[in-house]
Amino acid sequence: MRSNPSHYELTTPATLEAVLDILASDLGPYTPIAGGTELMVALGAGRLATRKLVSINHLQELRFIATTPETLTLGSGTTFTDLRKDPVIATDFSLLSQAASWTGSIANQNRGTLGGNIVNASPAADSLPALLAYEAELTLVSARATRTIPYAGFHLGYKKTILRPDELLHSITLKRDFREYAHYARKVGTRNAQAISKVAIAALARLKDGLIQDIRIGAASLRDRPIRLTATERVLQNQPITRETIAAARAALTSETQPIDDIRSTAKYRAAVAANLLEEFLHQLKP
Amino acid sequence: MPDLLQTVGFSPIRKEGAAKVLGQAKYVDDLSFPGMWFGATVRSSIARGRIVSITFDPAIPWDEFVIVTAADIPGQNTIVHLTHDHRCLASDRVNHPDEPILLLAHPDRAVLPAAVAGVHITYKELPGVFTIEESEAPNAPAIWSPAPADHQHSTQKNTFKTYLMESGDTSNLDHIFATADYIVEGEYRTGAQEQLYIENNGVIAEYSATDGVTVHGSLQCPYYLVHALELVFNLPEEKCRVIQTETGGAFGGKEDFPSVIGSHAALLAMKSGHPVKICYDRAEDMAGTTKRHPSRSRHRTAVSKDGKILAGEIDFALDGGAYATLTPVVLSRGTIHAPGPYHWPALRVRAKAMATNLPPHGAFRGFGAPQSIFATERHMNKIAKVVGLSPEELRRRNLLGIGDHTATGQLITDTVNMQHLLTRALDESSYHAKRAEFARTNPSSPIKRGMGFATFFHGAGFTGSGERRLNSLVHIELTPEGRPQILVSATEFGQGTNTILCQVAAETLHLPYEDVLIAQPDTSHVPNSGPTVASRTAMIVGKLVERASQSLRNTLSPYLPSTSETSTTPYTPAEFRSAALAYLAEHGTLVASARYEAPGDILWDDESYRGAAYPAYAWAVYVAEVAVDTTTYSATCTDFYALQEVGKVLHPVLAKGQIEGGVAQGIGYALYEKCVWQKGHMANNQMTNYIMPTSADLPPIRVAFEEIPSVHGPFGAKGIGELPMDGPAPAILNAIEDATGIAFTEIPLLPEDIFERMTSTPESGSEDLEPTNAGPYFSETTA
Repeated sequence: MRSNPSHYELTTPATLEAVLDILASDLGPYTPIAGGTELMVALGAGRLATRKLVSINHLQELRFIATTPETLTLGSGTTFTDLRKDPVIATDFSLLSQAASWTGSIANQNRGTLGGNIVNASPAADSLPALLAYEAELTLVSARATRTIPYAGFHLGYKKTILRPDELLHSITLKRDFREYAHYARKVGTRNAQAISKVAIAALARLKDGLIQDIRIGAASLRDRPIRLTATERVLQNQPITRETIAAARAALTSETQPIDDIRSTAKYRAAVAANLLEEFLHQLKP
Repeated sequence: MPDLLQTVGFSPIRKEGAAKVLGQAKYVDDLSFPGMWFGATVRSSIARGRIVSITFDPAIPWDEFVIVTAADIPGQNTIVHLTHDHRCLASDRVNHPDEPILLLAHPDRAVLPAAVAGVHITYKELPGVFTIEESEAPNAPAIWSPAPADHQHSTQKNTFKTYLMESGDTSNLDHIFATADYIVEGEYRTGAQEQLYIENNGVIAEYSATDGVTVHGSLQCPYYLVHALELVFNLPEEKCRVIQTETGGAFGGKEDFPSVIGSHAALLAMKSGHPVKICYDRAEDMAGTTKRHPSRSRHRTAVSKDGKILAGEIDFALDGGAYATLTPVVLSRGTIHAPGPYHWPALRVRAKAMATNLPPHGAFRGFGAPQSIFATERHMNKIAKVVGLSPEELRRRNLLGIGDHTATGQLITDTVNMQHLLTRALDESSYHAKRAEFARTNPSSPIKRGMGFATFFHGAGFTGSGERRLNSLVHIELTPEGRPQILVSATEFGQGTNTILCQVAAETLHLPYEDVLIAQPDTSHVPNSGPTVASRTAMIVGKLVERASQSLRNTLSPYLPSTSETSTTPYTPAEFRSAALAYLAEHGTLVASARYEAPGDILWDDESYRGAAYPAYAWAVYVAEVAVDTTTYSATCTDFYALQEVGKVLHPVLAKGQIEGGVAQGIGYALYEKCVWQKGHMANNQMTNYIMPTSADLPPIRVAFEEIPSVHGPFGAKGIGELPMDGPAPAILNAIEDATGIAFTEIPLLPEDIFERMTSTPESGSEDLEPTNAGPYFSETTA
């Protein structure tokens, strides 16, 4: 433990309303802590800059999975274990249950939450490419207002989001529109478990008459934030899966990604493997 | 039905197992002493330079702290290993990042990290060297020079130690190479590796003016630390006491390093007047403690067209880091294992260990052998390819057999049959059947599969004359209750020392395993039975326990019922206890002893570097199956088969566990574990980014033994601890060559490395065909 715990303040209000009041007060800024799988690591390493924490881990208001015939809504406190166990997610949103299974260890999955994963905003986060592919909507709450926004616009840069200091991510809503789609998810990490991704892709596509009618590709570790590969999608739209199409898609992917060299891998490797994963998906789509 | 008292060859429950699984075992960080303070270490932030100034952040109440510098050391500012170059605390200059400079102690552990950060040190930085090549360059800065007292090891700049090992007709080497059908050259490299014991290094030290220094700690070799403390404190041996606490893994990483952290805590205890605990966290342990030595091996081999090795030259170099620590003996074991289990009519091995400005490298399971065996086993496959033989056939034509001599001139008297081991291993691993299958399936699959193997041996016990010098001593005493208790400095750190030594004593004494006790290693109570290293505990210490047990039984025989020699149960446990109590009533105490006696035929000459390098060898053939995914360029070991001849297996469950763990560590060494050095500092000093394989990355590991009893160990046992570290890396890279056609020569081999080779140039498939490597002879003879 490289931090001095006496330098930190942790408050645990009983209700969501009380949490929002604290976030809106001038006592802060407070950082919400749910499962703590990110913040506790930072605390242990002596690099947790924020000194005031408000616990939301116990709030049952944030831990729910609600389904209607048209939508699935996940409370931000839904753990990865919750995601893996849910039958609707397994059938309708298999990219998300797969991504949940990639995350950390079983212990991490029991504590870590989807909402925490989103607001932590790591470019390497496992579940976020799937949420981008499913075109999730986020509901943000504060003491004064509630707003619903497309997830695609949530990330502004490296670990920067549109979330205001007084706001809390309440829930994530997905449309149950993807039964007809082929699903593809693959994470290339430093090892098969308890690994941070070098590259991850989560993608959906629907073919009609041998042409790609719709395709959505989410990716991790290819830019400073989780991204949709929109240029690549445009190149593939209404195309048959031919060698030329694949080459064009690979080129488009390369043009819209900016992978980096870091302690885990190289930019060259990430770019090549990302294109290989895309190609693997396209081959699987072939009728 | 087995004799109820028979325990050797069975698998009784671990002596300390119940306490461990019930959470009752106390590791050092579980212990707290009255008035105990906590210690922390201020370390260098640069690789090499002079210390210009040390200032203390005024925001911190320094009067609450005890601060120790080199000036507080009452004895020598030296951590003694084989040389005296390693300072206990840096005073005027630093030679590697994370080198200890100051020590702090405080009653509150939580305030220490901020205090460490509040010590500001400025330096005049000097250029550092970080690789073997930079260190050996003629114009390299002199970062290390041997002291006159250490000239036995080396007299050269930046060179810790050199060896020249010659075998056979070396005067004729030039002629053999000039007339050989083939000359095969190759260069091979291995990286540093972290031991990654579960429990980090940690100690608690106490000091009193009358009794001297006492250190409790997680460690392998209590008497190594005693000797280190004698120098640092200028105290006699009897005033330096070391007690091993329950130890959560070691792998060599707690062989030499506890001398550092133990001395540090003891200095703080002396100055503060309190017991002081220092337990590193993972990041400090990984950045600041020893790793496996990186290596470079260069092979040049003369071979006949029928695949017989005619002569060889091997240049073996280690990166020792900033101080010598145990490097000379690591180099020695690596040198002696470099020829592998093969017959070399003429061989010259030149070995050297170079200084760099990395934290000192130290002991790690295998101790130099995994490095040189990796090179040799890759090189054997290269020779096979050049000559046009299968890897199997090339080895069959050159393997040592009974009556042959090793490269040091040691006559092979073990009744080992490597030809048979090879046949059995390839058969039981379905090596040939799988190769045929993969040849069919690979062309149409994005996943390329392959098979590879390594044949090797590993010497048990200290190298050369080491066991004679150690002169180990073992006692067995009777407790007041009449139970035998083993007194040794051999330590338990997960591998099973307690259990196997009690098995040996129980079987020798005809007692149930449960009746035998083993004392906690405390140097005020246990004799020096040597360090717990070098695959020596079962064979060397076990034999001494067997002899001491026989001695105890002989002493008690007048008190025991007389039975015929052939009886399997000469007395009952109750009769033994009665005899023991009767003896104690008459004499007060009973301590039986046994001291090491070198077998007459185990002779070694350090000068000529020839003779019996080890009392006995374990022999092995390991077979790996791999899958290389051309989508992600990652190689995975998908099946592993390990066959070894280790003499009598004392405890089958523990032995199998040793092999499985060693293979897993070897797979990590080959495919995952990379130390990322940035100007000598380990940048990935956390388990998130230093990638150790998990259970999800490991294949089924199938373990098989052949048991040919050896005369050197108890009940015929030989050493087993290090052996499984040697084979996996070369077997896996041989399998990757089989799968991909690419001859990789360096570990760790990460997906990024495979990617670079697979995508560089289309014709870069096999470097074996580059004439610069094979030499002009190759192209002529194959023309």
